[in-house]
Amino acid sequence: MDSAIATTHTHDAGHAHGEHEHVVLPQHRHHFETEEQQREAGSFGMWLFLLTEIMFFGGMFFAYLLYRNWYYPAFAAASNQLNVPMGAANTAILITSGFCMALGVWAAEVRQKKTLVITLILTTIFGMAFLGVKYFEYKEKYELHHIPGNNFSVSMFVNPQNYPQYPDTYAEKPLAPDMAQKTQIFFFLYFAMTGMHALHMIIGIGLLVWLIMRANRGDFTNGYVAPIENFGLYWHFVDIVWLFLFPLLYLINRHPLH
Amino acid sequence: MSAQTIVSLPDQSTAKMPKRHYINNEHGLLSWLLTGDHKRIAILYLISITFFFFIGGAFAALIRLELLTPQSDLVAADTYNKFFTMHGIVMIFLFLVPSVPATLGNFLIPIMLGAKDLAFPKINLLSWYLYLAGGTLTLTALVLGGVDTGWTFTTPLSTHYLNTHVLTTGMAIFIAGFSSIFTGLNFIVTIHRMRAPGMTWFRMPLFVWSHYAASLLMVLGTPVLAIAIVLVALERVFGIGVFDPTKGGDPLLFQHLFWFYSHPAVYIMILPGMGVISEVISTFSRKRVFGYSAVAFSSVAIALFGFFVWEHHMFIMGVSNYSALVFSLLTMLVAVPSAIKVFNWSFTLQKGSITFETPMLYAFAFIGLFTIGGLTGVFLGALGMDIHLTETYFIVAHFHYVMVGGMLMAFLAGVHFWWPKMTGRMYPESLSKLSAVTSFIGFNLTFMPQFILGYLGMPRRYAAYPQEYQVLNVLSTAGATVLGVGFLLPLLYLGWSLKYGAIAGNNPWQATGLEWQIQSPPLTENFVETPIMDHEAYDYEWLANKTKHEVTTVG
Amino acid sequence: MSHDAIHSQAHDASNVTNPEHAEHHIVTPLQYCYVFATLLVGTAITVGAAYVDMGVLNPIVALAIACFKACVVILFFMHAAYQTRLIKVTIASGFFVFLVLITMTLTDYLSRSWGLW
Repeated sequence: MDSAIATTHTHDAGHAHGEHEHVVLPQHRHHFETEEQQREAGSFGMWLFLLTEIMFFGGMFFAYLLYRNWYYPAFAAASNQLNVPMGAANTAILITSGFCMALGVWAAEVRQKKTLVITLILTTIFGMAFLGVKYFEYKEKYELHHIPGNNFSVSMFVNPQNYPQYPDTYAEKPLAPDMAQKTQIFFFLYFAMTGMHALHMIIGIGLLVWLIMRANRGDFTNGYVAPIENFGLYWHFVDIVWLFLFPLLYLINRHPLH
Repeated sequence: MSAQTIVSLPDQSTAKMPKRHYINNEHGLLSWLLTGDHKRIAILYLISITFFFFIGGAFAALIRLELLTPQSDLVAADTYNKFFTMHGIVMIFLFLVPSVPATLGNFLIPIMLGAKDLAFPKINLLSWYLYLAGGTLTLTALVLGGVDTGWTFTTPLSTHYLNTHVLTTGMAIFIAGFSSIFTGLNFIVTIHRMRAPGMTWFRMPLFVWSHYAASLLMVLGTPVLAIAIVLVALERVFGIGVFDPTKGGDPLLFQHLFWFYSHPAVYIMILPGMGVISEVISTFSRKRVFGYSAVAFSSVAIALFGFFVWEHHMFIMGVSNYSALVFSLLTMLVAVPSAIKVFNWSFTLQKGSITFETPMLYAFAFIGLFTIGGLTGVFLGALGMDIHLTETYFIVAHFHYVMVGGMLMAFLAGVHFWWPKMTGRMYPESLSKLSAVTSFIGFNLTFMPQFILGYLGMPRRYAAYPQEYQVLNVLSTAGATVLGVGFLLPLLYLGWSLKYGAIAGNNPWQATGLEWQIQSPPLTENFVETPIMDHEAYDYEWLANKTKHEVTTVG
Repeated sequence: MSHDAIHSQAHDASNVTNPEHAEHHIVTPLQYCYVFATLLVGTAITVGAAYVDMGVLNPIVALAIACFKACVVILFFMHAAYQTRLIKVTIASGFFVFLVLITMTLTDYLSRSWGLW
């Protein structure tokens, strides 16, 4: 009902119907009747965009489901080569980043410019930390020739006894050569899914930098919170993708006690 | 003449174009290229899709020319492959998918809802630029030497065995896909959030309903195509094996993902056309569309069922027989809402005051041709028949009856119907009737023989064919020539009418939609004040009362 | 007062641009902290559960926890709990179509080898 979210609103007084403070913001676009209509249209549009993202990742999740069932031994062995501490730490880092983002939305809603800028910066830092960890993980895969393509090597899965420095792998039974070949599909899906996820993170960080600059100008603490809110939706969506990727990729077969 | 027409034009000796409208609101090329006005973007789209339509049409002409003789003599077989691939890609991704939604939908949906613009004008403009980028990349692939995968990019052919510009074309389709996603997203938000006071869901014109259904498919289906194409590109560049049977991948997975979009895409293409037909049939029979809510819900039902039938494109590809059975049964379901539409249009005609204006002629062509196309689709959905008929000219004829006979006729019906609104001027009546009849005859002559050819077993996608098929192929090529004339004519006379056409006035058809109650061409802001919808859609009595009232107040 | 008039007109109960408009609910930092803690605990449980042999239940438990965490994020971080029914239906429809993709494609893969042995 209210066209702008006023500073005076505490979270329980926000829906007082008596208030009709009709502030026309410079961001108000001419073709919307009210700013409330504009804000709701924006958030609805963002949700629809996230639906397309669900379907975009959905195709890869289905490919994962299919090949995991077809080539379970290869997937289990290849998954054991991934680094759980790094993955778990990254999950925590990403959740923290999302938490900062959520606080940022709150800060914009209650019009605290300083808090908003700080939380957005923290969001960015944690997002970059995530990518940093990811870099070290990718680098390890590169060194082990686990990047699908011409240089892909299955030696770790047919001769795990040669890799005492990787205890999880070392304890594995060797895979038959044809099944070991299928680890390439696992690693392809690993790179495609985490890579697409990382690409979304990179785009998100780019947007964050822009949002921080504008937030610092005070653009989002005058009642115009839509960009922060909508970016928040995007950022949390990217988090959710990772919440699924982590158990599906890293934790396929950790339970047989070696 | 006047007895059989409802056209009411202002007195041409005194009529003037409105002083201010969206076309002359701003001047200069930049004012068009940077516009946020949905009407201007619609015009930009109209120009660009017409361009690509004639490119696609040129390839159709080359294909028919090659098939005039049994030998592959005009071009070599691999060049022929590039021809039909380019024809398919351009026509589907650059013409049919954006045809009605991006032009007429863009122009009309905000006006029909009583809004000033779409919810996100900048995203609307972005979608046009993405479309252009996709189109440019397609042309680049064409100029560099073409691509010969067929429009379906079937793996492992596209990933392993072809040395043509698959990546460039794939990227083009990926980008054009986002253009379509943004159009759909914009429509959905606009329809939900921008309706004028009084404009309830069941007062919306059926044109809007059908666009709503198509937009759902655009938003939910297109990303799956995007990921399928990304995977093809990765497979091609890095050889990662996800679609490569030698590495354990399943080529059919690609087809599942591809058809998960591309079957709903068929409904993306046809649903907006159905919306046009509802408007035209109602206007020229002076009756409310029979069973309004049934027609409205059938659009949504088509969209919903559209997600459950894609595997019927893969019956002979090696999918499970049991699954094929399920999909075959589900395919029959789609026939129900489509039939509801056809029956309701027919009932709308019953006891209506029918007049035969050009849009109505195209609409009649649509109903007949779409019915044939739809029913042959039921044949193809039946498992046993499909094994006999798929990958033959029967299927080519089937989808051309739906896509050209259906959608293209609907597009032309819509362009003629709203031409006076978009430009403020009438097209020449008798010439346009001639072109409608010409395309109808040409169309049937082109594609009816292909049903027979397919039934006799002529496979699609070959440059050469046995001698005994020649007669029917010659007929088909002759028909294509007539059809080409039928499509060139509107380009010429519509261009002519921009300057010399009669001035149309606000409501030449005496139609009821909100778009006909404002000036033609409309103002940039569409409405001087936000309209309040106080009557049902297609309420001709309301219109008559309103007109009477206007006459008395003016008099 | 004039604004009231504008609003009551714009929000005509019979039909309006926004028949149901969300109150702009502001989630407090404290609530966010609870959500944050829940998510961290969920992650810990996910990792822990992966090292316990539960047979076929392992992937199910992992996915169940992931779904729970996703729901928490959607409902509170993304404010879906305080949104209009339209937004809720929109979110649900996205997952519905994703499930259609999975289940309908699986009809092929699950039954492909039936009768072929």
